Amino acid sequence: MKIIQTDALVIGGGLAGLRTAIGIKRRGFEVIVLSLVPPKRSHSSAAQGGMQASLGNSVKGKGDNEDLHFLDTVKGSDWGADQQVVRMFVDTAPKAIRELAAWGVPWNRVEKGDLHSVIDGKQVTLQETEQAHGLITARNFGGTQKWRTCYVADGTGHSMLYTMSNEAIANDIPVHERMEAISLIHDGERCSGAIVRNLMTGELIAYVAKSTCIASGGFGRIYQSSTNAVINEGIGAAIALETGVAELGNMEAVQFHPTGIFPAGILVTEGCRGDGGLLLDANLHRFMPDYEPEKKELASRDVVARWMETHIAKGFGVKSRFGEHLWLDIRLLGEEHINTKLREVKEICQYFLGIDPVKELIPVRPAQHYSMGGIRTNYTGQSPTLSGLFSVGEAACWDMHGFNRLGGNSVAETVVGGMIVGDYMADYLDSSEGNINISTALIEQFYKKEQAKLLQFFDENNTENAFAIKKEMQEIMTKNVAIFRNETQLAQAVEQLKQLNQRANLIKVTSKAKGANPELVTAYRIQKMLKLSLCVALGALQRKESRGAHCREDFPLRDDEKWLSRTLASWQKETDLLPTLHYEALDVQQMELPPNWRGYGAKDRIEHPDTPARQSDVDDIKTSFENNGDGQSLQEQLMPYKHLLPENLRGHNARLPEKD
Amino acid sequence: MSLDIIEVKQIESPRELTFHIFRHNPADETSEISIQRYNIEETYAMTLFIALNEIRETQDPSLQFDFVCRAGICGSCAMLINGTPSLACRTLTKDLPSDIYLAPLPGFELIGDLSVNTGKWMRGMSERLETWIHRQEEAINLSDIEEKMEPKLAEDIYELERCIECGCCISACGTAQMRPDFIGGVGINQIARYKLDPRDQRTDQDYYRVIGDDNGVFGCMTLLGCEDVCPKDLPLAQQIAYIRKQMALVNVN
Repeated sequence: MKIIQTDALVIGGGLAGLRTAIGIKRRGFEVIVLSLVPPKRSHSSAAQGGMQASLGNSVKGKGDNEDLHFLDTVKGSDWGADQQVVRMFVDTAPKAIRELAAWGVPWNRVEKGDLHSVIDGKQVTLQETEQAHGLITARNFGGTQKWRTCYVADGTGHSMLYTMSNEAIANDIPVHERMEAISLIHDGERCSGAIVRNLMTGELIAYVAKSTCIASGGFGRIYQSSTNAVINEGIGAAIALETGVAELGNMEAVQFHPTGIFPAGILVTEGCRGDGGLLLDANLHRFMPDYEPEKKELASRDVVARWMETHIAKGFGVKSRFGEHLWLDIRLLGEEHINTKLREVKEICQYFLGIDPVKELIPVRPAQHYSMGGIRTNYTGQSPTLSGLFSVGEAACWDMHGFNRLGGNSVAETVVGGMIVGDYMADYLDSSEGNINISTALIEQFYKKEQAKLLQFFDENNTENAFAIKKEMQEIMTKNVAIFRNETQLAQAVEQLKQLNQRANLIKVTSKAKGANPELVTAYRIQKMLKLSLCVALGALQRKESRGAHCREDFPLRDDEKWLSRTLASWQKETDLLPTLHYEALDVQQMELPPNWRGYGAKDRIEHPDTPARQSDVDDIKTSFENNGDGQSLQEQLMPYKHLLPENLRGHNARLPEKD
Repeated sequence: MSLDIIEVKQIESPRELTFHIFRHNPADETSEISIQRYNIEETYAMTLFIALNEIRETQDPSLQFDFVCRAGICGSCAMLINGTPSLACRTLTKDLPSDIYLAPLPGFELIGDLSVNTGKWMRGMSERLETWIHRQEEAINLSDIEEKMEPKLAEDIYELERCIECGCCISACGTAQMRPDFIGGVGINQIARYKLDPRDQRTDQDYYRVIGDDNGVFGCMTLLGCEDVCPKDLPLAQQIAYIRKQMALVNVN
């Protein structure tokens, strides 16, 4: 049995994992990053449009600050987010972007003078100030009051990931590539590393670590049509679930992005609409203003995706042999803009659709895009139920997105999360908790168990095909657990998934090839993916309300009275057929922003009984502070959060003075 | 604008595609190099990503290849497609003859079949050329307004940063085939990117130290296969010429 020992093990080499590892290493600890692929190929690289941070440099960002970013994010989440975590996030986002600027990301910059832009379908000319010239600029994105999304053309994630990965190399952080954690080592209370499979040789290795962080991204590939990379199968979240101790939060909160190209599901960025692109139907009618007079194409993603599907259901979709779709029109942005600021979009259109978006319309339809849910952690990134297990980024639910994430908040979260969680992991390692007392017998027990599980797939009596089961699962999820949900379909999905999960025990791997063995990889992953699918489907079945991306046709209202809560799922016994769900209430009395209308989407809702009282408390506090103007103590009264941030991240973010 | 662009024509009599795929599994000591044939029926808008997955799922589950983003963004799936290095995920079968020859990228360690270890090579290149911003001060005040940069300069840096480290340029490079340590188009482009960036405080002397030899910029024979095959159309020839001139001047001064 091969054992590798380290202070910190980070599972996942995307933006979140790398930034976490850098933080730990800089505090003097040894860290190893495991990655399914060379880290620069991680799914972070596919984030095109940008990163939200309230710098307020550009003319359309003037007056922006942490308060507005906070409001937008909480409204975007449909009040499902942890508001203290959102506060921590919006405070740190400007710091994250400035750190990345110093590390080398070539953020697009403000250019003084005329700025030609398209707003609400019209050409406009704005004036950028001399003072802001050369500072980081921003574009418009959905669900935001200001232009806040900082970008590098439409290769933002690529630039950020290359910079971060290079910084990790500069910090001499080893990345063990093509390594997959398939089980966590733990004693029921304390996590102490992982059993890892080498995807080149097939060898199993035990990584023993004082602290372990899962940063493996989302699980979009449980769906058929997803913008996610093919590696986004949620294995990190699944191995946490399989401990029986760690819990997953809000797994039913799954985001569908309005503009996946049709039918391939490859993403074209929200920046297309942010920069002025329009959605058109079969009659070339711009339909979003009919549904959302205020925000139009730039309501939050859950809302736009639902209206698109509604509009198709009404018969306004464009018919093609693969089914129906709508059009995205970016022609009005002009050739120069498309060739420079949207060139990935242009390339994708050329290669996969054979069209030129400068002259032609892009066929689009919503596709699965993001997992708001994930491994439940507290604000430090640590699991409240399994000590020594941390999680960060899309894999985690700490929980800043609630039931819907805003565009541009995910890459921001990866880096912000990495800065915060990396520091807290180092604190953990520094403390007495950081030591582990682990027997080789326990390591061997986990190692042998995984070895036996893999061997099981070669049993001659097995009958099932891994690829076929995977296809069936993806079909069930896409058909019954997608944008619009109801009792009948969800109950059916849970039943079908349960059966599929049973059948997955009998998967037979026919290829005896040594080494990677891709069939074996599919076999062990699908068992884990089915567990996640069941968490999503059962969570959706039980949640009898509509909130953010979770939309129940049979319960169309947001129900704060009964459902202002976070779903927590665990898989308590290996023999269990379903996850066990329970709920963690969100306390209205502690909220800085009590539940209300989002400003887009459905207005009707069932109020929480505490909301009016809390709202009047908040109003009173604000009125009494109105005259003395001490923002900091107002915040202390409304909802303190600064103490939750690591000390080095508490500084006040400087901005240009509002008046020139 | 024509609306019938998406009025796709049914493939009336679909072609039968014959794939000739390089097979070898170094993890298995009994494995020998061979070319294996697979036949599949072409479908509309079929990419090599779709075709290879179909082969693996229906004919040969042991077939190894790498895809991640399947959107031409991540650089995982470069391979020799009918002899030319290219990204498989965004190659449509309709643009190829019905006999399709696939082989792993030369110049990299073979993991198995079409899968090669570009990651290890690229990490080695990064460590050797120190492809990161070298700052004088280690501590950055995260609360301060960021340093300014000319908008045009930021865009120019991004032009060179668009490289996805797919390895096509190395596999198309005559020098790299002869000198395994040659840094190729990808490496020289990295140096050009950092040299352009005022945030990196390295001098030409510093750059000379890492690329001023035959494994660096002076090894280039100007065959420019790199530029021909670069899937991101990076201006590699221009950057190589520029860096070579700059490095030659370092020696003169």
